[in-house]
Amino acid sequence: MGCSKLRTELVPGIPAARGNARSACSLVRVVTVACMGAVAMLLLGCRMDMHIQPKYLPYEPTDFFGDGRSERQPVPGTVARGQLRLDELMFSGRENGVVVDKFPFPITQADLNRGRERYNIYCTPCHDYSGTGRGMIVQRGFPQPPSYHIQRLRDAPAGHFFEVMTNGFGAMYSYAARVEPADRWRIAAYIRVLQLSRNATIQDVPEADRQKLTQQSAGQASGQSMGQSQ
Amino acid sequence: MPQIFHRSTNFISRLTIYGAVVILGALGYALYAIAMSPWYTEQYVKRQQPVPFSHRHHAGELGIDCRYCHTSVEKSSFAGVPPTQTCMTCHSQIWTNASMLEPVRASYRDDKSLEWIRVNALPDFVYFDHSIHVAKGVGCTTCHGQIAQMPLTERAGTLYMSWCLECHRQPEKYLRPKSEVFNPYYEPPSGAKQLELGKKLMAEYHVQSLQTCSTCHR
Repeated sequence: MGCSKLRTELVPGIPAARGNARSACSLVRVVTVACMGAVAMLLLGCRMDMHIQPKYLPYEPTDFFGDGRSERQPVPGTVARGQLRLDELMFSGRENGVVVDKFPFPITQADLNRGRERYNIYCTPCHDYSGTGRGMIVQRGFPQPPSYHIQRLRDAPAGHFFEVMTNGFGAMYSYAARVEPADRWRIAAYIRVLQLSRNATIQDVPEADRQKLTQQSAGQASGQSMGQSQ
Repeated sequence: MPQIFHRSTNFISRLTIYGAVVILGALGYALYAIAMSPWYTEQYVKRQQPVPFSHRHHAGELGIDCRYCHTSVEKSSFAGVPPTQTCMTCHSQIWTNASMLEPVRASYRDDKSLEWIRVNALPDFVYFDHSIHVAKGVGCTTCHGQIAQMPLTERAGTLYMSWCLECHRQPEKYLRPKSEVFNPYYEPPSGAKQLELGKKLMAEYHVQSLQTCSTCHR
């Protein structure tokens, strides 16, 4: 059956054809048109203009530059905002070229907390949570770093730790790209906390807390003796 | 006047009417199923990467913190893909002969970026920001799934707007304490306890249920 014959019959004013064959044919035609419309709308929906905009997202490749990177290295000698590093102590751990045992800003409890958090993220894989240098990566074959609790590192100035984090040391790579300078100092402060934790006497504890501690240890001792008597 | 239609036409007409309803319904369901299927959303699809990097090994078995590599997640919209230097921090010393890691060594040697295949990508008209989410108690695994169990990284969500809105409408269902944000093994308390915790955290962290268009589309 030829649907083409029916074209005229769809024009308004001309009576629709009678008979089953003809009405079925026009139904097919309506359905076909509807389907084509739906497909056309779906195809229109496939335009990706807004999905993929002419801008570079972080790390997006480009064919404009030879190395394929859309992110460029700054021109040598560029000083970006906030990167003027005139404070020698803050950014090198040295004063007049000598490594010093000093912090460039006063260390508060908040700094120590931040230092612990950063230490746990960036240092523990090798240096482990207590600083003995037996972290998980060392257990997997990385050369073991020295413990923070050896005399040489107890005596080392704070600036030394900052310098090692900044420039790397031995098998350890630089962490300058991963940890901000201020956070490197906070980590250095936390390393001091770890060292003190193994090298402190009861005299280092403030008077008020000392009593609490002695009470606690007395309680533990009596608890232990009770456990033994049972 | 003789009857034009045979009696059976009654049945056929009913069949076509009900049939049309059923077919349209099935078609709608099929479209929905396709739209939600991994084939279309790329959810759960593992990507072949230049190096078969395993989050299960590094974040799970070794327990390396997410931020060790994704350093900018707390201060930038982009969590950061580590430079080759980060890989070489360990792999300059261990697995140095593994042929699997040759692309990493080549990248470091030749100063050429490793070309990772992106797993989670949003359309350019969505301005998602990692830093604000982790600062308000949205955990990594809330969106990225059980990353510590993925040998090859896959997309854990559909990334549909409805998926985002699920949390934006009711943040209390997903929030966790800030101390647990980077813990890949965190398990939220069940049911009512999570809602209670979530409401408390919403108040504490000043979390709003942001649903205006311009929150994400700018």
